[in-house]
Amino acid sequence: MPVDKDIKKVLIIGSGPIQIGQAAEFDYSGSQACKSLREEGIETVLVNSNPATIQTDMDMADVVYTEPLTPELVKKIIDKEKVDAILPTMGGQTGLNIATGLGEKGLLDGIKVIGSDVETIANVEDRDLFALFMDKLNEPIPKCHAVESIDEALEAIKDIGYPAIVRPAFTLGGTGGGIANNEEELIQITQHGLDMSFIGQVLIDESVLGWKEFEYEVMRDKNDTCIIVCNMENIDPMGIHTGESVVVAPAQTLEDKYAQRLRDASIKIIRALGINGGCNIQFAVNPETGEYKVIEVNPRVSRSSALASKATGYPIAKISSKVALGLTLDEIKNDITKETPASFEPSIDYVVVKVPRWPFDKFKGISREIGVQMKATGEVMAIGRTFEEAFQKALRSLDLGFDGFEDIEYTKESLEHPDDERFMALYSAIKDGMDLMELSNLTQIDTFFLDKIENIVNFEKDLSLDKLKSEEYFRRAKQLGFTNKRLAVILGVDTDEINKIQEDHNIITHYKMVDTCGGEFAAKTPYYYSSYDRGDELTVQTDKNKKIIIIGAGPIRIGQGIEFDYCCVHSSLALKDQGIETILINNNPETVSTDYDISDKLFFEPLSYEDVMNIIKREKPDGVIVQFGGQTSINLAVPLANAGVKILGTPYDSIDIAEDRDRFSQLLSKLNIYQAPFGIVHSYEKAKEEANRIGYPVLVRPSYVIGGRAMEIVYDDSELEKYMKEAVKVSPEHPILVDKFLEDAIELDVDVLADGEDVFIAGIMEHIEEAGVHSGDSACVIPPHIVPKHLIDEIKENTRKIALELNVVGLMNIQYAVKLDTEMVYIIEANPRASRTVPFVSKAIGVPIAKIATLLMTGHKLKDFGLTDEIKINHVAVKESVFPFLKLSEADTILGPEMKSTGEAIGIDEDVGMAFYKSQLSAGMDLPQKGKIFISVRDKDQKKVQSIAKKAHNLGFELCATRGTAEAIRDVPVEKVKKVSQGTPNIRDQILDNKIDMIINTSYGKQAARDGYIIRRLAIELGIPYVTTLAGARAALYAIKSAVDADINVKSLNDYAGGNFDMDLKG
Amino acid sequence: MENRAKLALEDGTIVKGESFGYETTKIGEVVFSTGMVGYTESLTDPSFKGQILMSTYPLEGNYGVSEDHYQSDSIQADGFIVREVCKKPSRYTYQKTLNDFLKEYEIPGISGIDTRDLTLKIRTEGSMKGALSTEDISDEELLTLAREQKSIVDRDLVPEVSIKDTQVYGEDNKYKVAIIDCGVKESIINDFLKRDLGVVRVPYNTSYQEILDHDVDGLLVSCGPGNPARLTETIENVSHLTNRLPIFGICMGQLVIAKTFGAKTFKMKFGHRGGNQPVKDLKTGKVYITSQNHGFAVDADSLKGTDLELAQISLNDGTPEGFVHKELPIKTIQYHPEATPGPTDTNILFDEFKETIINY
Repeated sequence: MPVDKDIKKVLIIGSGPIQIGQAAEFDYSGSQACKSLREEGIETVLVNSNPATIQTDMDMADVVYTEPLTPELVKKIIDKEKVDAILPTMGGQTGLNIATGLGEKGLLDGIKVIGSDVETIANVEDRDLFALFMDKLNEPIPKCHAVESIDEALEAIKDIGYPAIVRPAFTLGGTGGGIANNEEELIQITQHGLDMSFIGQVLIDESVLGWKEFEYEVMRDKNDTCIIVCNMENIDPMGIHTGESVVVAPAQTLEDKYAQRLRDASIKIIRALGINGGCNIQFAVNPETGEYKVIEVNPRVSRSSALASKATGYPIAKISSKVALGLTLDEIKNDITKETPASFEPSIDYVVVKVPRWPFDKFKGISREIGVQMKATGEVMAIGRTFEEAFQKALRSLDLGFDGFEDIEYTKESLEHPDDERFMALYSAIKDGMDLMELSNLTQIDTFFLDKIENIVNFEKDLSLDKLKSEEYFRRAKQLGFTNKRLAVILGVDTDEINKIQEDHNIITHYKMVDTCGGEFAAKTPYYYSSYDRGDELTVQTDKNKKIIIIGAGPIRIGQGIEFDYCCVHSSLALKDQGIETILINNNPETVSTDYDISDKLFFEPLSYEDVMNIIKREKPDGVIVQFGGQTSINLAVPLANAGVKILGTPYDSIDIAEDRDRFSQLLSKLNIYQAPFGIVHSYEKAKEEANRIGYPVLVRPSYVIGGRAMEIVYDDSELEKYMKEAVKVSPEHPILVDKFLEDAIELDVDVLADGEDVFIAGIMEHIEEAGVHSGDSACVIPPHIVPKHLIDEIKENTRKIALELNVVGLMNIQYAVKLDTEMVYIIEANPRASRTVPFVSKAIGVPIAKIATLLMTGHKLKDFGLTDEIKINHVAVKESVFPFLKLSEADTILGPEMKSTGEAIGIDEDVGMAFYKSQLSAGMDLPQKGKIFISVRDKDQKKVQSIAKKAHNLGFELCATRGTAEAIRDVPVEKVKKVSQGTPNIRDQILDNKIDMIINTSYGKQAARDGYIIRRLAIELGIPYVTTLAGARAALYAIKSAVDADINVKSLNDYAGGNFDMDLKG
Repeated sequence: MENRAKLALEDGTIVKGESFGYETTKIGEVVFSTGMVGYTESLTDPSFKGQILMSTYPLEGNYGVSEDHYQSDSIQADGFIVREVCKKPSRYTYQKTLNDFLKEYEIPGISGIDTRDLTLKIRTEGSMKGALSTEDISDEELLTLAREQKSIVDRDLVPEVSIKDTQVYGEDNKYKVAIIDCGVKESIINDFLKRDLGVVRVPYNTSYQEILDHDVDGLLVSCGPGNPARLTETIENVSHLTNRLPIFGICMGQLVIAKTFGAKTFKMKFGHRGGNQPVKDLKTGKVYITSQNHGFAVDADSLKGTDLELAQISLNDGTPEGFVHKELPIKTIQYHPEATPGPTDTNILFDEFKETIINY
């Protein structure tokens, strides 16, 4: 039966900014949904506040909104666009919450909710309803009590018993949960959970810790046809969040009987829920008895469904969208075979391993332990014909410098309490001869998997150069996933020596296809993974068109997020439009770039030099693009160029100039551009000397890093000494940079396109927070509104000069700092590659700059696109960052030179205050319009706090402040409150009593006072809006004024920026 | 290095790998199955008699072998081809390793070879005769064995797997079903027993009169190996029963029953083997994911004009997956509602058959 005839226009709800637990997978699903619905002739409207997404491209949906995702604003869009239906199942928990919110507020009259309706959502989201529902189905779930007070929790535990899992209802990714082993822990975790829950409800679950965890991806259509797209096994046991687990697909240790039992349960559940589309069901299985329990049901696409889609080639989101419209699975074709229908179950003939990527490199000092709370920002997936191969590929894909398993320090204790390095610890323990059964008892990991790691250990022990001279033995090494580099390291020889042996054996890398059907039917979609098995399925085009490889960005991590995937996708699409064969290499299962229909060929592979070169050797491309995959791809520029590979765009030597401080300085002095004084040093003594020459405060960091890793502002010799001890450990082979820190400067980011002749300034972003806060963490605004025109002109001029001097072809990002008092413009750094602001700028000005950059690299000129003058916009676009503090329970919220944000939101409006207000709302900061503001600022800020207090007072806010701050405020009534350390009652009590509506708290560097830390954590955990810089406070008050003065209106991106660039880029 | 094993295909392909299981040489038709679990069930399924089974999933033996998964009293396939055989299965589940299992039943296995590559060959060129050896044997000799064996079309495999003497299960039950055992699986018998239906399991060549003498209330013609055209006796006997009993046919059963109505059957290029096969019911429009294992199919056109109507088709290639008689209580399916291994979506057909029997 074709589509529901009443549905002509559908609103797709996106998931908002990237955060832990809700990442790029929803850009993938949302983009697929848009394409899929449009294929069926449906008019699509999309709303998502995340600018760094493909789905918010103006050509993805008929109309795109980047407004904040609140039920009220979504309702305004529904009314304005007169949509017939909303599709909430593509936008993660956010999508479901919006649908629920609309339903509760009675805003859904006459609007269909397709995919999963509001009742279905409630049946799985509300634990009581869920328990009732599962009970009716006779499906077992762990005993669970929903409680709304500590007393109820104590009552519930009598039924459940310790240990019990405590988690708040209705939050993202299980935020704020924990395991209670005794009454004290129960009370503590319950209290925290009650505060966190949207609905003041905490769930206390029977523990199934140590059981195995399996996931089923199920699809259903309106005919009740159900299929399992994929099942997956978490190698880590229950007790470790599935997002934190290493996952393998398909399930490896489930006998048919049990596999079918879980399949039957999955189908029973999805039928009972009446979902039209995809659903994820998680099971715990007691390995001793085979008993199972249903742990969780997600009536929507998810991180796991993205993984399952990439693991099998079955596009769950795309098919779910069509099914939501009323198509049945047998009416939809399998894209990969083009002949068989979508109503089948994929069979795979390889092993898929997913490994999470954690942000612990950015949050020094916090616990790296993994458990029920998700902390990973992203993940990698790898495909191999053996488990060992897939696992080793995944480890390489993490881009953490691992070339396979590596030895680390471990203890029995650390094996029992896993952290992000647990598999390295297991490898080390096995290497030390620890018994697999004992290890399995300690970790609850099946011996099946430990045995595979032992295979790697044993192979490494057995390895010798002589043995590698047997072709069969060499092949075996490759089939276990060893790179030549790793073999060389183990043997203590040069990689070239291993390469030579491989050449002598004439072993070339083979590529096999992901075909959804285990080879039963011919696959039409070139989606490849490498293998050293005998068969090779790669068809290399040699004759006709030009061929270009685009190197992807790997896993989502802090500092290298979805923005780079966005750029890679644009690059690929632009080339495809030109009739050029595009080949994309990446290993991130969550993203659009690894959708098999984006590029002409997709290689799902690690991005190590060796893995990339293997593909280049087979494909022999006309060029390789490294500008878009962040530091991951840019790091390959020099080695690839040295191997004779043609790097497209900006010459790789320019990349070196930009990253080499000495060479860059020379260039700047030649161009007469100012730079803050700096030094390059290799030792503490030298650093101290330089710091004193330059004058404290100084910014110190290792060279060649992205996202400000290990970057710090130090104010004296002792801080410097402490830093040097830590940082040098971080990066031993690179020197340390010591820069003058420009206090109170305004920072600006410039994204620019150049073709060697002309330069197009795409966007100048003025940061809200002062210099010193990492540019990726700072809010910023286009166009600038504080820095005066003549200084902006100077910035433009400098930018042009640098772009031409570096012979930039494609994109470049330059960061500047402006001192308003001295009217000095300093350059901070230049990066001749796509920056993380590229999608934001593209959305703000309505020009697809990553696409144009790509075309410049293939010989087009800016003139061809009419991009000579800047684009003038009549609106304001604000980018605000989103932070993972809620999930990382020990992290401080103070911003600094080390990047901490996971994602970003956009706010667009004609009014700058309103744009800022929207950006805050989208970033989860619901600024109050009345109530009480608590202010506590560091000594240095006290002289500047007056204007803020005055403004807050004028807006009608009550104020309270700690003593020092209160005394700095004049002519405005301020209540003095005690600091936490000054006895009770203090500010903490006021916050806990819900008396504080907003917090302004600035602190001094990393020596953030303990008081401040507690206040900031409370703000995070209680969801109270907070700002940690004065600039941020000023902007927030400005935004509040706009929101008080006027209603929030919704307007589409198409209306803001739609007409700015309408050239057809098809060649 | 491991012991060597060799596989020869009639087209001249010789693949060398590591051996597991028993040291011997076997011949058979090389077929692939895309099922990702259930190797014990498949290997003990009598329908694999005369065939060397290849798994497209590369890791086999992960959870070892438990006897309660057996579908008959021994391994029926004549060899097992895998990418990798697990030497140390999951700690929780197993009684023996896959290697021990094959040794026990004197079946050879080959591992460490590119099964996908072979699968693509068979997909393109069709199922092939082959020979698998874990002994010291020359390539030429093995190739000769591969080439000079009878085609599965001409082999009488059912007599090898069918029960020799009638056996009765659950005789106290009110209703009884006769199973003509062409190679029935344990789980089919159990599917009747757990629905309180007694089972009279008779040899494939039992006369119709003898079947009727057992005073049964229904008849199942079971699954089994090889070419249905070889089962002339069975076809003849079933033709005398079509208007006397409610009849259900599974897999080979469908082929036999169709033949009693004059159908032609044909050998498929590489058959349907796996647990992911979509079948559409033409009447309800519903789609079921089914477990399949067959290399022969009914030519649906040859039944046009008869009372046996096409009821279900494969969505992958359109071949018939089920027939129903216009008037008589006869229903046949080409797939396996008993699953084991594979999805149990269609297990409900046993309930339906029970209903039919009771209402007859």
